[in-house]
Amino acid sequence: MSKQTIIELRGIAKHYMMGSEGFYALDGIDLDIYLNDYMAVVGSSGSGKSTLMNLLGCLDLPTAGEYKLKGTDVATLDETSLAGIRNREIGFIFQNFNLLPRATALQNVMQPLIYRGIALVERKQRAQDALAMVGLQDRMTHVPNQLSGGQRQRVAIARALVTEPAILLADEPTGNLDSSTTIEIMALFDQLHRDGQTLIVVTHEQEIAERCHRVITLKDGHLMSDQVNNVSVKQSSSEVSAHV
Amino acid sequence: MSNLKFKVMEGTRSAAHSIFAHGFRSFLTTLGIIIGVASVIAVVSVVQGFSANITQQFDGMGTNVINVESYTPRKERLQGVRAKLTYDDYLEIKYRVPGVSNVTPTVRMWGSNAVITYRGQSSSSMIVGTASTYQKLNTVYPERGRFFNLSDDKSRRRVAVLGPSIMSKLDIKGDPIGQHVAVSGEWFKVIGIAEKRGKLFGFDQDDFILLPFSTTRALLGGAEEPDITISLQIDEPSQLEQVKQHIKNLLRRNHKLSKGADDDFEIATADQMLDTFDAIIGSTTLVLGGIVGISLLVGGIGIMNIMLVSVTERTREIGIQKALGATRFDILLQFLIEAVFLCLLGGLIGLILGFGAGSLISNLTGLPSATVPVWAIVLSFGFSAGIGLIFGIIPAAKAANLDPIDALRYE
Ligand SMILES: Nc1ncnc2c1ncn2[C@@H]1O[C@H](COP(=O)(O)OP(=O)(O)OP(=O)(O)O)[C@@H](O)[C@H]1O
Ligand SMILES: [Mg+2]
Repeated sequence: MSKQTIIELRGIAKHYMMGSEGFYALDGIDLDIYLNDYMAVVGSSGSGKSTLMNLLGCLDLPTAGEYKLKGTDVATLDETSLAGIRNREIGFIFQNFNLLPRATALQNVMQPLIYRGIALVERKQRAQDALAMVGLQDRMTHVPNQLSGGQRQRVAIARALVTEPAILLADEPTGNLDSSTTIEIMALFDQLHRDGQTLIVVTHEQEIAERCHRVITLKDGHLMSDQVNNVSVKQSSSEVSAHV
Repeated sequence: MSNLKFKVMEGTRSAAHSIFAHGFRSFLTTLGIIIGVASVIAVVSVVQGFSANITQQFDGMGTNVINVESYTPRKERLQGVRAKLTYDDYLEIKYRVPGVSNVTPTVRMWGSNAVITYRGQSSSSMIVGTASTYQKLNTVYPERGRFFNLSDDKSRRRVAVLGPSIMSKLDIKGDPIGQHVAVSGEWFKVIGIAEKRGKLFGFDQDDFILLPFSTTRALLGGAEEPDITISLQIDEPSQLEQVKQHIKNLLRRNHKLSKGADDDFEIATADQMLDTFDAIIGSTTLVLGGIVGISLLVGGIGIMNIMLVSVTERTREIGIQKALGATRFDILLQFLIEAVFLCLLGGLIGLILGFGAGSLISNLTGLPSATVPVWAIVLSFGFSAGIGLIFGIIPAAKAANLDPIDALRYE
């Protein structure tokens, strides 16, 4: 099976100046991410996981190294093009959901489609479909503080998916959720993976990492290991229907 | 282009959303604009209504009419000297100045010796003693009855033309023509009622009684000659300057003024009065414009201040929007539109309040009804939008230039 590369990282570093001292949050990361990868990023706190995700999501730029997304060197892009990449290629899911607080679930999911110039009617339709996919068709008009944590994260997932991004980046997506909600969310991710989505998930939880097909470990900004999981993924379609 | 239109549409939608989500705050934010626009509209509407009314009145007066009045220069006034135009002056002008007609002497009385009584009711009204030519000069027509004529004046008949307000003030019932009213204790027969003219500056223009000039002089007694106003009409408008010079020379000689002395009288044409009036309106508008400009500036700074606070407050939201793919331009446009929208809303509220206030002022003071000219509406909206643009650009740029990752991390 030939694997199609989506992301190539070569010698990626992120250097921060803290006062007079410099500090490498990431140092010499070489990494390839392939189509339909289901990859976990693990490592102790402060090891650089979020820093890596932010670079992958084009929210931040590396201080050194080369990042190619679908063959394009990100360093050559201007602000507007980067915004375009964030909009079309990346779906970002945050630990703290990052929903727009005054907007309803539907409006939140519609938001990225605005930046793509999609007209209201189609926007609404696509957002409704995305919300239905995460099982929230009856919560469309709720604002975030009228939703549970799990529901909020599912709105965020719908928002990330509505643009049909090339990769889904999730930085500790279940970090603020209880264990049963975590299982729901992970079941959703498994489903997305089966549907062909490329996913990268930062996690502290062993169980979650075990569900992924590939696990990379960071330590002090270095890539320590890159393993393929042999553990066969538990069939989770039953869980999806049970919990959603 | 259609892309920009789409972005403006979306920006407007989002601006409306965020403005109405913070309704009360938005209102307070735009208060400066509201007050600025409201005051300009109130003043403009009153001044415009007033000036339309004045112009109309002057039009009726005829532009070839000259008024001559006594004028005491400041120096003399301090010495207690009062200038005066006399009946002699009137006769001089009437018989010696060529090219004029309807030369009319007018003497006015008001205050405590100007009391009119009728069956126990009394009223302090302006008493105007004038000649029969007054009618032609001022194009006034009696609503009922007749104006007095030459023979009324010559034979000092005790006849009176009443301003319409007197009727209600004295509670005259039935046909007033032929009834008698007492002026300073003397009986006068009512021969006519003048046309209604309404109020000006809250001053009732219909509260007067017209008496023949000679009768009034007799009424005033011979002790001291009254100061009169002499009005006249110029037959040939092109002769205006010559006529004025002629009158001037005549009066100076009559008053025995030495060469260096100032005139103790003033010669004014209706046109001149209109010009003066226009100049007053103009400079008032200018001064008001300045004040309003400053208040709008202050309002604009208020908008900028709140917008800056709002950008800081919404830093995370901006971060989220950027993470979802909003460009700098998207964010810039969003906040600019919000500022302009806010200002336009303030302008609209100000317009409504200002017009309401203007109408209220007109009603309470008896000024002519307020009118808001289109230019004032366009100007206030244009100004509001401009203020929004100018004072919105800094907060909008601040929002647009936020770094996505910093904005997302903002607590
Ligand atoms: N803006 C910054 N300025 C300076 N140092 C930073 C900045 N952002 C991150 N760091 C540092 O970079 C290192 C990596 O941070 P990062 O957030 O990537 O860790 P993480 O692996 O995601 O940890 P956690 O599991 O706790 O989320 C940390 O030591 C952090 O202090
Ligand atoms: Mg982290």
